[in-house]
Amino acid sequence: MTSTVRTYLARLLPQLIALTMILAAVSIVFPGFLSLEIQNGRLYGSLIDILNRGAPVVLLAIGMTVVIATKGIDLSVGAVMAICGATAASLITSGHSLAETLLVTIAVGILCGIWNGLLVAVLDIQPIIATLVLMVAGRGIAQLITEGAILTFNDPGLSFIGSGSFAGLPMPVVIWLAFGIIVALLVRQTALGMLIEAIGVNRQASTLSGVLTPVLLIAAYVLSGLCAAIAGVIAAADIKGADANNAGLWLELDAILAVVVGGTSLLGGRFSIAASVLGAIIIQAINTGILLSGFPPEFNLIIKAAIIVFILVLQSPRFHTAFAFLKMPRATAKPTEREAK
Amino acid sequence: MQTSSENILSATRIEKGFPGTKALDKVDFHLRRGEVHALLGENGAGKSTLIKCLTGAYRRDGGSILLDGTEVDPRDTFDAQRLGIGTVYQEVNLLPNLTVAENLFLGRQPRRFGMVDIRAMNRRARELLAEYELDLDVTRDLASYSVAIQQVVAIARAVDLSGKVLILDEPTASLDAHEVAMLFRIVRRLKARGLGIIFITHFLEQVYEISDRITVLRNGQIVGTRDTAELDRRDLIAMMIGRELAAEIQSAHAEPVQGRPRYTFRNYGRRGRIKPFDLDVRAGEVVGMAGLLGSGRTETAEILFGAHRADSGTAEIDGRKVDLASPRAAIREKFGFCPEDRKTDGIVGDLSVRENIVLALQARRGWTRPISRAEQNRLADHYIRALDIRTADREKPIKLLSGGNQQKAILARWLATEPELLILDEPTRGIDVGAHAEIVRLIESLREKGMSLIVISSEIEELVAYSTRVIVLRDRAHVAELDGQRISAGQIVEAIAAANERGAA
Repeated sequence: MTSTVRTYLARLLPQLIALTMILAAVSIVFPGFLSLEIQNGRLYGSLIDILNRGAPVVLLAIGMTVVIATKGIDLSVGAVMAICGATAASLITSGHSLAETLLVTIAVGILCGIWNGLLVAVLDIQPIIATLVLMVAGRGIAQLITEGAILTFNDPGLSFIGSGSFAGLPMPVVIWLAFGIIVALLVRQTALGMLIEAIGVNRQASTLSGVLTPVLLIAAYVLSGLCAAIAGVIAAADIKGADANNAGLWLELDAILAVVVGGTSLLGGRFSIAASVLGAIIIQAINTGILLSGFPPEFNLIIKAAIIVFILVLQSPRFHTAFAFLKMPRATAKPTEREAK
Repeated sequence: MQTSSENILSATRIEKGFPGTKALDKVDFHLRRGEVHALLGENGAGKSTLIKCLTGAYRRDGGSILLDGTEVDPRDTFDAQRLGIGTVYQEVNLLPNLTVAENLFLGRQPRRFGMVDIRAMNRRARELLAEYELDLDVTRDLASYSVAIQQVVAIARAVDLSGKVLILDEPTASLDAHEVAMLFRIVRRLKARGLGIIFITHFLEQVYEISDRITVLRNGQIVGTRDTAELDRRDLIAMMIGRELAAEIQSAHAEPVQGRPRYTFRNYGRRGRIKPFDLDVRAGEVVGMAGLLGSGRTETAEILFGAHRADSGTAEIDGRKVDLASPRAAIREKFGFCPEDRKTDGIVGDLSVRENIVLALQARRGWTRPISRAEQNRLADHYIRALDIRTADREKPIKLLSGGNQQKAILARWLATEPELLILDEPTRGIDVGAHAEIVRLIESLREKGMSLIVISSEIEELVAYSTRVIVLRDRAHVAELDGQRISAGQIVEAIAAANERGAA
């Protein structure tokens, strides 16, 4: 058991180090950064803010991780967020109950995922092209639903998802924590994780070994659609309205970045949901940190890019080879001995 | 043995190893001035490795290369070209979006005032191609000409650049008969100019038409060099797939199995892949599949396993009709399949040896019923020990293992599913001698336990050793079946060659 914990920590170490460094750096520039306080039974503070603001990207990153593990990519998640936000807003304003609204919205997200999955798994279209279709068309669909306007609503139930709190934490944080844990357990306590990794590494060999490749591929895109639907509802609930043009705009790129910062290879295979969640939090910490430190806003994107380049360098295979070279004698002497015949 | 002045290229005791295999083992190869020398061998025999050592694409581990009497050591293909060894590959490696003239003079364009002198370049290109009886518009894109013309342009460039030795690596694979004739006219002309030409092909017909001598490679070793005129086709095939060795192990013959067949395939086939065939397999039987490359052996295996769906015929197991529509369906009927191309169809490279071993079993159980980690470890450890898979530990990514150990891990993947019919496509290809013997022993012990096996192999002596029956294929059809005492290397070669009397191999 302790050894599993240790391998798990070793996997997350680079992300944890990066996050700690960023938080430390920001707290030097902005002293009140790490303080937390409880008001009206709810935690407040910059750290909570990061977790809260990061909710959409965290959710997208969870789905994106599984898609990328299959050697795919889902560019449509930002647009699906817009579609689902618009769906939720239009249903709630036309008098449907909260339960109906949420059910239909989730179903729409799943439908988007099935569409992407069919293009990739059955028609064998390259994932980047297949999902580009919905990325482009999706915003149009969202605009059709909102009829071009920003659809605002006042339903307290739906708003609660964006701004309410539960057990002292903002609702979005509660949602992504719960959802992340469920997905992580689902893939690791069943054989799903291994089968998805096998497909990502070698689809042909997996199919020949009897893995139900098309179904699992579609399932990955469905999960991604589901994540985008939840993120879309949170984003809409947060501003109490659906903005077809701007909801989730460019967030697919942040989600992909979060997965990469989390150390999952875009070539598919090994993945870690927890690492991607950390990656998304790192990105949000950078965003919030830069805002708080009072840099002129025009520097934000450049600083963000620089920090991300630094994290990626830390993970690059070349850097690892150079690093492994320094500690080689101890680490690899034994295996090579045993292999030699 | 010829005098060295006759030889334009002499390679002696060339050695090249890859992790786990010896690709070339002290290979001697001599090319005379003004001859076309065919280099033959089944896939994996070491032809392309030898060529790559000669052209510097690989660094050889040992041996020397004499070109025109002086020792050379090409560092890369560019260096080899400069020295005089030019190569033309099956896939034309020119730039289709440039003009014919630009392709001919790429990297050495005639210059005037520091600029490319296009007019001089076009004129010289026309002169160069005139030697090949080609009158082309050299200012047109290369892509606007047929593959055959592109092939000739590639040859013209290689000869112009190098001029001593020309290596043609399967140049005719995508040409029609008329184009082949044109290519051969040019080859004869170059031969008359004193070039040494190495010709690699799978078409035996063309070997007899154009070559003066033949060298055959098998398992990284030279089987022999003969004058084409004195080598009959049957002996050539025997050289390629190995008959001499067969005589030694013929005593280790498997007894024919009697009784009712377990697996019955009738009129089973798929258009464009394999002609309909009938096949019976009994329990405790090893059915060997022999034939040359492209004869339909792999296609047979794939259709039996459901990797491609049959479009005619029926399959029955113990009299019960089954539908083998997909690998999953076949696996449900307790089939297993080790594919020929281990790397693209077999291993899941980044995953561990353990995960690779449990993959098929896990896939059959479905994702909701995971095999516990303890059980996975037990399975992996069991097969690592039983098959002697050499790995540092079960968590090592399988791509880091040698070919033979990867093959054993794939075998373990299927044995873990406790199959009743195991289909092995070239299970011993590209692995070292030790692992080779172990896999042959494993096949025999599985048969003794009552499993049914279908084994495809290019190594005839191996088929003779473990098969209870041998099916011979040619031209994508099952053409002969040998059993009992009729299973001998001679008979198999006879059956393959009988077919090849009339056409290309």
